[in-house]
Amino acid sequence: MNRPGTMSSHTIAVLVENKAGVLARVADLFARRGYNIVSLNVAPTTDPTMSRFTIVVDAESAPIEQIVKQLFKLINVVEIAQLGPPDVVERELILATVEAPQESRSQVLELVDIFKGRILAVSTGKLTVSMEGTPDKVNDFEALLSDYGIVEVQRSGVMALPKVGRPVPRLRAGSAEPTV
Amino acid sequence: MTTPGQRIDGASALIKSLEAADVEVMFGYPGGAILPAYDPILDSGIRHVLVRHEQAAGHAAEGYAHATGKPGVVVVTSGPAATNVVTPLADAMLDSVPMVCITGQVALPAIGTDAFQECDTTGITRSITKHNTLVTRAEDIPMAIAEAFHIATTGRPGPVLVDVPKDIVSPANPDAWFDWYWPTELNLPGYQPDMTPSASSIADAVELIRSAERPVLYVGGGVLKARGAEALLALAERTNTPVVTTLMARGAFPDSHELCLGMPGMHGNYTAITAIQQADLLIAMGSRFDDRVTGKVGAFAPGAKIVHVDIDPAEHGKVRRPDVSVVGDCRIAMEQMLTRLAEVGGAEAVADHTAWRSTLSGWQEKYPLTYDREATGELKPQYVLERLAELSPDDTIVTSGVGQHQMWASQYWQFDHPYTWINSGGLGTMGFSVPAALGAKMGMPDRTVWAVDGDGNFQMTGQEMITATVENIPIKVALLNNSYLGMVRQWQELFYDRRYSEVSFGRDFPDYVKWSESMGAVAFRVEDPDEVDDVIAQANEINDRPVVVDFRIAEEENVYPMVPAGGSNDDVIVDPSQQSMLDADRAAGALGADRRAASKESQR
Ligand SMILES: Cc1ncc(C[n+]2csc(CCOP(=O)(O)OP(=O)(O)O)c2C)c(N)n1
Ligand SMILES: [Mg+2]
Repeated sequence: MNRPGTMSSHTIAVLVENKAGVLARVADLFARRGYNIVSLNVAPTTDPTMSRFTIVVDAESAPIEQIVKQLFKLINVVEIAQLGPPDVVERELILATVEAPQESRSQVLELVDIFKGRILAVSTGKLTVSMEGTPDKVNDFEALLSDYGIVEVQRSGVMALPKVGRPVPRLRAGSAEPTV
Repeated sequence: MTTPGQRIDGASALIKSLEAADVEVMFGYPGGAILPAYDPILDSGIRHVLVRHEQAAGHAAEGYAHATGKPGVVVVTSGPAATNVVTPLADAMLDSVPMVCITGQVALPAIGTDAFQECDTTGITRSITKHNTLVTRAEDIPMAIAEAFHIATTGRPGPVLVDVPKDIVSPANPDAWFDWYWPTELNLPGYQPDMTPSASSIADAVELIRSAERPVLYVGGGVLKARGAEALLALAERTNTPVVTTLMARGAFPDSHELCLGMPGMHGNYTAITAIQQADLLIAMGSRFDDRVTGKVGAFAPGAKIVHVDIDPAEHGKVRRPDVSVVGDCRIAMEQMLTRLAEVGGAEAVADHTAWRSTLSGWQEKYPLTYDREATGELKPQYVLERLAELSPDDTIVTSGVGQHQMWASQYWQFDHPYTWINSGGLGTMGFSVPAALGAKMGMPDRTVWAVDGDGNFQMTGQEMITATVENIPIKVALLNNSYLGMVRQWQELFYDRRYSEVSFGRDFPDYVKWSESMGAVAFRVEDPDEVDDVIAQANEINDRPVVVDFRIAEEENVYPMVPAGGSNDDVIVDPSQQSMLDADRAAGALGADRRAASKESQR
């Protein structure tokens, strides 16, 4: 599986009607057609009738164009924005519990500090830390932490918004061509 | 009459909504959860056809939709009834058949408790419906039904399922009462199918069409869905372009027309298959590059540019990347192409296809569909179908099951009218023909409807002859009885060394004549070729009862031509009587020269 932020993954923001079962519809579509989801995030928007999915898809499993078109066949999908790296701000949150015995504790703390992370919980020999950043940065942080021994890790998956003033190709229901 | 604003209960509102959606006939089967909705059916003008198995309700609705263009309607109860309609829903999904299916569901408080006859109907049918929905408030019923009909019939048509919990249609429940309304506006912000192609895509398509030297119109079921047969005829004639009609499109272009090449694909005829292989332009019109047409995709029409016209954007580039993608309704697209052609100079502006046409007619002469007509003592299925087509009215509607008989019917019936051929192409559902014939006859009561069926198929849904008798739907069944699961036997013969595994049905059971008679049909048995005409004539005379003719055909007849699954269309196997000639032609390189030149060019 590809990590978010790597070359072969694509980020799409999918605006959906906030209706029962819509998460299952999206998940089902990916499963049925053999598209890989790298990460998936869903939350309501300012319009309470709509939710937005941020989905990072593995573009090696299928052409992104085909994935987008298939998603659009779901009646509840209203708008899809393809978020390419130059046009978006992307963030991800990581929580990790790491081995931090006396000998290496200060090095772990230093690492967290360099990455502007935070210490969330402390126990003898272990630390639970958090860090927020671009998917790349989160990848680096996780890789460096793993040298000390990761006990448990949870990543939020990518959330993304278009950069202010940047046009983002948005596909709307009822138009085959992307509109900007 | 309930007027807007008048109090109404959910059950009455459900039936009233169907009336408001102009439903004339529905196919169904009652049961616990849907019981409340069956009461107002008694007072409704909608004709309800009580089938003998819910699967048949679904296929009947499909047959009705295919024949009339109107959505087919199914009403069944929860749990096992909902699972029984799974097959026809999947069938309608793959063949883009407009259908609205209403399923009962256990009462809202019981959902999720594994209640009696509960199943997750919307979950089970999610991937085999265009859309589905669980209604949770009685007052949402009219909106849900209106949306279901809109979604089922617009854009690329398909099945829509509406799951209705029992308590919201129970008049005893005070919460199931509301003020009647019929929505004038729908709330579907994510659903606006694009009917009209972009002008630039039409112009680009016309440019390719004008310059093509060896074009083929590769016509699929989308042309029929778009009511586009007339526009197709005009476009083909204006551009002098030969036409192949896929299994889903038989009848969309008249077989008797000089430009018609017939069916391509796994059991298509040599000329249709080879025309595609050697074309320099394929105009894919409402067709979807199905694997049964393309064979090995990488070897499909290797020298052809592609113009793909389809209303579903996701079909464009799914299998083969088009050179020009025309997203929109096929009829509108073809009309616009004709307009554009006129603008740029009409028929004179199109390249000359004389050489191409004469190549094609050469192949047609050399490699026509054929079978051993001289065989004695055996009843050939192809002969039966030729006679049936000849002796039945010109506008007869033919439905079919799935198997060898389906392929022979598609090959040997001459289809000269749209909406006269109804079959299960995408899902390949055995048991389709008899219930589909019921639906077609309900929709087109004045037309002769013949179900061409196989013995295996008839044993799956033959019980619906009871429905035909009891509901007075006089369909006719031509049972091409080879006492085998013939299509499977053919594969075992050709690809498994004649090791016949679980395909023999035997001649003796059931006795189709007795069985059919017990279901109220007039039944005949035909074993001798000399009896064929007489029995068909008698069967065609009967209009007040269903008819079944048990044609005892040759047991081990094979369907040819054949492209082995996954093989290249270039390696099509023709009838044994033609194969050595074809092998010689191939060895001499007499075929395919044009294309090799063409593909070299396109590589440059
Ligand atoms: C529901 C279902 N089960 C199995 C198949 C696989 N299958 C395709 S054709 C066929 C044989 C059909 O036999 P019959 O009805 O006798 O028709 P014939 O091929 O002999 O004309 C079978 C088993 C299918 N298409 N559908
Ligand atoms: Mg058979």
